[in-house]
Amino acid sequence: MQLPDAEILFKDLAKKIKNDCDKNVALIGIHTGGVWLAERLHQELEIAQPLGTLDVSFYRDDFEKIGLHSEVKRSTIPFEVEGAHIILVDDVLNTGRTIRAAINELFDYGRPSRISLATLVDRGGRELPITAQYTGIELTLPADKILVLKREKSGKLSLDLYDKNLPE
Amino acid sequence: MINRNPQLDENGILQHLLTTEGLPASILLHILDTAESFVGVTERDVKKIPLLRGKSIFNLFFEPSTRTRTTFEIAAKRLSADVINLNIAVSAQSKGETLLDTVDNLSAMNADMFVVRHSQSGAAHLIANHVRSDVHVINAGDGSHAHPTQALLDMFTIRHYKKDFRNLSVAIIGDILHSRVARSQIHALTTLGVPEVRVIAPKTLLPKMVERLGVHVYHDMSKGLKNIDVLMMLRLQNERMQGANLPSAEEYFKYYGLTSEKLSLARRNAIVMHPGPMNRGVEIDSAVADGKQSVILPQVTFGIAVRMAVMSILAGNQA
Amino acid sequence: MKIHIRNGRIIDAKQGIDAIQDIFIAKGKIVAIGRAPDDFQASRVIDADSLIVCPGLVDLSVRLREPGFEYKATLESEMNAVVAGGVTSIACPPDTDPPLDEPGLVEMLKHRAKNLNLAHVYPIGALTQGLKGERLTEMAELNDAGCVVFGQPDGLLPNLRVLIQAMRYASTFDFSVWLRPQEISLTSDGVAHDGEVATRLGLPVVPVCAETVALSSIILLAKETGVKVHICRISSAEGLAMIRAAKQQGLAITCDVTINHLHLSDMDIGFFDSNCHLMPPLRSSSDRNALRKSFADGIIDAICSDHTPVDEDAKLLPFGQSEAGATGVELLLPLTLKWGMEMQLPLLKVLAKITSSPAEILGIDAGHLSIGSAADMCIFDPDYYWKVTSSSILSQGKNTPFLGMELPGKVKYTLVNGHVVYEH
Repeated sequence: MQLPDAEILFKDLAKKIKNDCDKNVALIGIHTGGVWLAERLHQELEIAQPLGTLDVSFYRDDFEKIGLHSEVKRSTIPFEVEGAHIILVDDVLNTGRTIRAAINELFDYGRPSRISLATLVDRGGRELPITAQYTGIELTLPADKILVLKREKSGKLSLDLYDKNLPE
Repeated sequence: MINRNPQLDENGILQHLLTTEGLPASILLHILDTAESFVGVTERDVKKIPLLRGKSIFNLFFEPSTRTRTTFEIAAKRLSADVINLNIAVSAQSKGETLLDTVDNLSAMNADMFVVRHSQSGAAHLIANHVRSDVHVINAGDGSHAHPTQALLDMFTIRHYKKDFRNLSVAIIGDILHSRVARSQIHALTTLGVPEVRVIAPKTLLPKMVERLGVHVYHDMSKGLKNIDVLMMLRLQNERMQGANLPSAEEYFKYYGLTSEKLSLARRNAIVMHPGPMNRGVEIDSAVADGKQSVILPQVTFGIAVRMAVMSILAGNQA
Repeated sequence: MKIHIRNGRIIDAKQGIDAIQDIFIAKGKIVAIGRAPDDFQASRVIDADSLIVCPGLVDLSVRLREPGFEYKATLESEMNAVVAGGVTSIACPPDTDPPLDEPGLVEMLKHRAKNLNLAHVYPIGALTQGLKGERLTEMAELNDAGCVVFGQPDGLLPNLRVLIQAMRYASTFDFSVWLRPQEISLTSDGVAHDGEVATRLGLPVVPVCAETVALSSIILLAKETGVKVHICRISSAEGLAMIRAAKQQGLAITCDVTINHLHLSDMDIGFFDSNCHLMPPLRSSSDRNALRKSFADGIIDAICSDHTPVDEDAKLLPFGQSEAGATGVELLLPLTLKWGMEMQLPLLKVLAKITSSPAEILGIDAGHLSIGSAADMCIFDPDYYWKVTSSSILSQGKNTPFLGMELPGKVKYTLVNGHVVYEH
């Protein structure tokens, strides 16, 4: 199937956030695709606060099933979380479980005044009451497909679709 | 015959951590990498994560060691596990209950993980071969055999300060014969590709054929410390300081104790490590232990993260 | 009862016989080989076609665990294991509880064994009282009670002053002294050979020099006193070389090796397999290879099982705390055959090490199939392979490093004094 151009979605998403937020907002990208997206947004929107990153592996609810196999990245939040307005950035929003884990982890750093969510693609399929405030596009995809964000050497972003059972 | 490496399941997945011997570099590095992100957690205000919530971890210490037990306890608590400390030396064993009886009883209380310290080499292997397949065992020191988490935290510390293993010269100094730490360090260093590993000790403190483990043997500090990047000191047990192993602590200190003068024989930016607790003035001089090249306190800090990593990797590897 | 054993391949090392012939037994004795005596009416015919008929095996070290360790094994269980192994005469080490240092204990053991009517039991008398290495036992009295030789098992060598006197006293009566060479002050809490494996596993060691130092004392004192000495359980190449030299000097010295040490090395300990916790410890593969080869020049006189049934609990412990020893009397024949096949030795020579030769060391009239001698025999199928499992061995001890292995040689019949005491 024909996937939308990630660069165009990115521009749309950036515009939506820009119209809504001031530059004092803080961005946190969720590893791995969310961080690439957050880096671009951070630059594009000229955000003053340094960029934060989260690896939610330690907070996932499927640890019992999949364990800690892939390399876990260090989470870095280089600003005061207490009282901040934070936009969590992730590439694809699906069940909402990753976002739940990210919010939990965030609260171990402090109590933000507000958390919003930005995502490039909302593919539906929610299992938790979570909504994105800023969305690039809404797509309906077969459940056995995995949608991922890729980054080329030039920094150009693109979307790719895999079968669930095939390794990347 | 029990000749399969009991740490790994048939797919090569780590089920227990009993020794660093025979583990592929990829598993050692995975533990170090995971520990790296736990260091991030331990630097936060809230140092706890919910990863092992609801899990029961039993610290089974058949040999007293407040220090090691505490580091495992902190690691488990930071992972939100329930920790139960058992000092068996003074309870069940004195009532004639066997080691495996004790383990069976605790397994019946739904233990998920055992952290075992025992005075006999092989005790952790025995327990690992005995427990249900969903229970994990971490060896926290067995006899003179192995102390893998200590060796892993040492590897973590070396990587932290030296970045790469593949161009280092490392010396392990002291009572190699009785040291489980030394054995685990040697296997970890050689697996991670350290090209030069030396042991420095008098002949009474070296086991036979130790060179077969992949080390070069020195008896003289002035030769052995030449071009060394990392000095790993070992603790000399009190009972070995006099008698048939060594004539006196004083003589040992004079010839094998690490002083600033002897340290100057190593590379200028060499780091000094010690698994603790130290005997100041026996194997190490205070000026060195507290000096600029000492990384002994960071070792302790990293030890928590490394043990968190081992616990969470094992808990996630369900058979 | 008259028995006719038909068509078996008779192998008798002592008489140098290896031929397919019939054997005729009457009144507990062999009455003819080849042609039946006149008027021989067999009450039983045993078809030994494609089987080997050899003298009943003689095992120089079988622990029956009585008195004192009945929870590990009983006389009944172990005597059944003995005959299942084709063994008809056994020497029993004195390390029972109490030790075999009094005539009454020896008589009782002999009596109990005799009532079972299975194999012949030859207790080894304690060389010193309580095996403590301080005071001599009443060797002559013990001999009257049934002890044919005297020993200090398992490395409990007395100090040299007591040892030389014990040797002198024993030689007065022409008793031979059986010793396992191990210098205790070099052993302490050792459980493994001082090689790469013990270094890797961090196990305390019994160095080779513990064997050679003790051996040199024993050899020198034997020379001084003229006593007949039998060296039990030699384990190292260096020890072997010392025995070779002593034999070349014409000393009355013999030695044995266990089936375990012929086949295994310290590498078999693997990850702390307590079934490989043996005494003396399994040594390096070069030691093992020296033991395997040494038979060609006759340095090692006999192979024994060193049968030591250990209860399961005593093995389910960390290696160093587990009890040493392995069950083995049922594996004596299979493992000796396996060794012979691997070394490509003629069966006649191989079987000599578990029949005629140990009988001579023990000083008993056994281990041969002469006309007029007691009909103690082992009839086995050399081509039958069987798997060693806890149910395939009768001994109460299931502890052996060979569990799970397929071994050649299945005993079909065991005869003692002309009675079939075991048949498969």
